[in-house]
Amino acid sequence: MNGVFDLGSTESMGKVQTVENEPVFRAEWEKAAFAMFSNCFRAGFFGVDAFRHSIEKMDAAEYLLSNYYEHWVHVVEDRGAQKGVIDPAELEKRTQFFLENPDAPLPEREDPDLLAFVNAVVKSGAPANRPTDKVARFKVGDRVTILADSPHGHTRRARYIRGRTGEITAAHGGAIYPDSAGNDGPEAPEHLYTVRFTAEELWGPETAEPNNIVYFDVWEPYLTLAS
Amino acid sequence: MASPTDTRLRTQAEITARVKALESMLIEKGIMTTAAIDRLAEIYENEVGPQLGAQVVARAWTDPEFKERLLADASAACTEMGIGGLQGEEMVVVENTDTVHNAIVCTLCSCYPWPVLGLPPNWYKAPAYRARIVREPRKVLAEDFGFPVPDDVEVRIWDSSSELRYWVLPQRPAGTEDLGAFELAALVTRDSMIGVGPVRTP
Repeated sequence: MNGVFDLGSTESMGKVQTVENEPVFRAEWEKAAFAMFSNCFRAGFFGVDAFRHSIEKMDAAEYLLSNYYEHWVHVVEDRGAQKGVIDPAELEKRTQFFLENPDAPLPEREDPDLLAFVNAVVKSGAPANRPTDKVARFKVGDRVTILADSPHGHTRRARYIRGRTGEITAAHGGAIYPDSAGNDGPEAPEHLYTVRFTAEELWGPETAEPNNIVYFDVWEPYLTLAS
Repeated sequence: MASPTDTRLRTQAEITARVKALESMLIEKGIMTTAAIDRLAEIYENEVGPQLGAQVVARAWTDPEFKERLLADASAACTEMGIGGLQGEEMVVVENTDTVHNAIVCTLCSCYPWPVLGLPPNWYKAPAYRARIVREPRKVLAEDFGFPVPDDVEVRIWDSSSELRYWVLPQRPAGTEDLGAFELAALVTRDSMIGVGPVRTP
């Protein structure tokens, strides 16, 4: 989909706001929002691609004006409702309750299996590489052009690389295909490549900064051999 | 009083209540616990952070064979040091040289190599950096980070669009020949491994 989350080269975004000695979590709610990702992943709310797509479908203005972890909270509400686990009316009611009673305690529950999962997943991760029997159509050194059309739904084919031509610098084998998994389809692995673009190719010789390269990872269905 | 997470949409009080409401429902449904929240926060506040990436960099500076393995397969090399995991399942280390400067970004979301750098700073996740570093990296590095890159050095931006997680091996500073890996690690900054800042000088 074409959305505001696809930020590469967007102008009028202001200065980068760096903060010295920023804490990892700026508030208690950020810790809870962060933990919701792995806890709700375990509960089957989403894979990482569907997680991203839920954020992409946020209201565009809200996406730009909200905090990063508010995006994550949005996903849990969105996917939780889809899964029938979170009732939006009940959520509104409870939000009002906690606004009026900020010190009211949370329900208590223990779950040693969840704690073990958390410790294990941080250490082991959730790899996205997938062996595939498909024969790779491209190889390192090939000049390729990114298909220029605008797919609906989740894709990692950012607008700024569409229609642009670059050189494959690495071939990584099969990986989960976000354009399927992110749209609640199967993993449908496809070959993954890294492509090298010159700034002149991406932005044109008039405005490109000199001596500048961008590398971008792409899945095979995004590509065609350059003519 | 203004809080760091106030926005033009919601106050900290409103966000806090919303998250607490959601949390209470997830706890009751058997999906979450407050102990799991506390543990995850503890991991990324105290255990997993840029000090780990710094250890890897310092070893690469002092052990040429390790550096070779790191550049060939970063995740495997980091595993040798007990470092790896979530959001770093397939890491790729890119090396700065006299003629090449690298920096990382995720223009589509906020992908970042957690096992070596911890969770990303807020500026890395915010629109300005993601929008601009691919289009005008020299300007952003010079003006926003006070870290100009000479014109004759090629700037390479790695847009983390897949599950590969790129990060930067900065150059070892001059005058550190006598330092050991422990002292060298103290010179390695988070920003130097993102590619937006220098390493410290001893």
